[in-house]
Amino acid sequence: MSVWTWLALAGAVAVALLAVEEAQRAARTSGAGRRFLRHPTAAPGVFILAFFATIAVAAPLVAPYEPSRQLDIVHLQNHAPSLRFLLGTDLYSRDVWSRLIYGARVSLGIGTLAVLIAVTVGAGVGAIAGYFRRWADANLMRLVDVGLAMPRIFVLLIAVALWERVSLAVLVLLIGLTGWFGTSRLVRAEVLSVREREFVAAARALGAGPARVIFRHVLPNASAPVIVSAALGIGNVMLLEAGLSFLGLGVPSPAPSWGSMIFDGSQLIAAAPWTAIFPGVAIALVVMALNAVADALRDALDPRKEAA
Amino acid sequence: MTEPLLRVRDLKTYFVTEQGSGTARAVDGVSFELYPGETLGLVGESGCGKTVTSLSILRLIPEPPGHIRPGSFIEFEGRNLLTVAPNELRAIRGNQIAMIFQEPMTSLNPVFTVGYQIAEAAIVHQGLSRRAARNRAIAMLKLVGIPDADERVDHYPHQMSGGMRQRVMIAMALVCHPKLLIADEPTTALDVTIQAQILELLEALQAELGMAIMLITHDLGVVAGTADRVVVMYAGQVVEQAPTTELFARPLHPYTEGLMASVPRIDTRVSQVRGRLHSIPGQVPAATAWPPGCRFHPRCPHAWDRCAQEEPPLLDAGAGEPGAHTVRCWLLTEPQRRKGGA
Repeated sequence: MSVWTWLALAGAVAVALLAVEEAQRAARTSGAGRRFLRHPTAAPGVFILAFFATIAVAAPLVAPYEPSRQLDIVHLQNHAPSLRFLLGTDLYSRDVWSRLIYGARVSLGIGTLAVLIAVTVGAGVGAIAGYFRRWADANLMRLVDVGLAMPRIFVLLIAVALWERVSLAVLVLLIGLTGWFGTSRLVRAEVLSVREREFVAAARALGAGPARVIFRHVLPNASAPVIVSAALGIGNVMLLEAGLSFLGLGVPSPAPSWGSMIFDGSQLIAAAPWTAIFPGVAIALVVMALNAVADALRDALDPRKEAA
Repeated sequence: MTEPLLRVRDLKTYFVTEQGSGTARAVDGVSFELYPGETLGLVGESGCGKTVTSLSILRLIPEPPGHIRPGSFIEFEGRNLLTVAPNELRAIRGNQIAMIFQEPMTSLNPVFTVGYQIAEAAIVHQGLSRRAARNRAIAMLKLVGIPDADERVDHYPHQMSGGMRQRVMIAMALVCHPKLLIADEPTTALDVTIQAQILELLEALQAELGMAIMLITHDLGVVAGTADRVVVMYAGQVVEQAPTTELFARPLHPYTEGLMASVPRIDTRVSQVRGRLHSIPGQVPAATAWPPGCRFHPRCPHAWDRCAQEEPPLLDAGAGEPGAHTVRCWLLTEPQRRKGGA
């Protein structure tokens, strides 16, 4: 581990601190932002997320070694954490810290993309059901009932079992397309109330078509619960991906994901605990940070607190 | 006489009630005309069907539970609005017929700047670019008398007062220079001083743009000051219709008389006031069960048995041209039944 790696790590921390500072400055100008900051866990949450996002984006700069490179299979196997290997090495003499950094790319990337898909589909379906009511509402919501009734992990296992090898893109799609049911319920409920507001009638009176009314006038006013559920959803998806990878069905090896790292390390938990513990800690930290931020967002965006 | 801009014939808008307790006949056979450049006042108590009438014209009635009965007829420039295709209807909304809503506090979208909302109709109907739309919005803000229009155009609704928001609503409605402006209680939510300003503004803009205005209100003072002609509604029907001066000089329907007597007068001295302010006894009956015969007879001081049995048609009061002043009251045929004078 060279000076450069330490500098890179310090740099990532600095970037994260800067992000927190910037978020606080921006938030202070609005009521919702101030309510967000009032949450004691909001700022640490933002810090953790910013830190992991930074190392994920700048992975080649931060990681001291290539994530999949076997450094010295004979002498450097299961090396304990030291100055040279910050978080030790694993069974194949790969640097755990480097793998953790690249794993952040995979885990955060899958989480964000899958939730993006889920939110897009969920918002679309919820908006259509809530705005048009009648048969569209009835049919779509029955479909959602079916989707919610099936255990998600079970559906994913079937899908994964059907294909020999699941690429990352397909995995993201699968997780996203099985995760929009709850969001669509949320959006529908919100749209039902927004569509009765007078400015929606005003928009129709000036000649706006249904698409314009939904996307311009209804959905932006229904976005608060969606943002909150998306923040929570990323954490959920990361846990799901970790679970799948742990079962050996998620991200294909040797691409590092936090779930597959835990899976690899779990077999040596007594001999080399660091190989499983550090990715576990990373998942726990990120999921907790996401929950903290989602919690603060919920309080901040709750319209009932607008008056206070 | 010129062709009417808007001709409403036998408009019936019914609502099916949730509990199945019957059909609410909110608007039940309303007919009137509106000529280009004219201001028509539509007056009546809460619940008499004024707003439903205006929403029916733009076909903004939520369906279900509401529906416009077949046989109704709303003709705008020779086209029946009840049968035109949806996209054709959208091309008329906001472009030819615009509407100002009652509540300036809730009729603006909180997430967009007022500038965007003003220009939206122009963007929809004329495909204006972003920059052109912004310039148009600034021009409209100046037109409705908002100071610092260059700055205000980027403000959000919550940064403005009620009077300003109502001006923004007017700017939104007028951006495409509509031929007909429907103003549904445009001043009800505002202070009296702001009310006068808004009404003056509407009048000035009408003179400038030459549009017709349909002014819906429960305030006779507003009507007296601005309208050319007045339609009085009660229980989903037109009960009296006349030019404004004629109506105020010679109200014939007991309901119109009652409305006028209910307005506090500033020119009576306190010593002359014998008792309380006049009020029409009772209240508007439920729209699911209008009374038989004349719908006003349970509250009418002059009613006799014929009123409870036969529904009066709109009768010509014979002032000026035929049809200029019409009244839905049997008193017109039997004036000796009127109690207390006349």
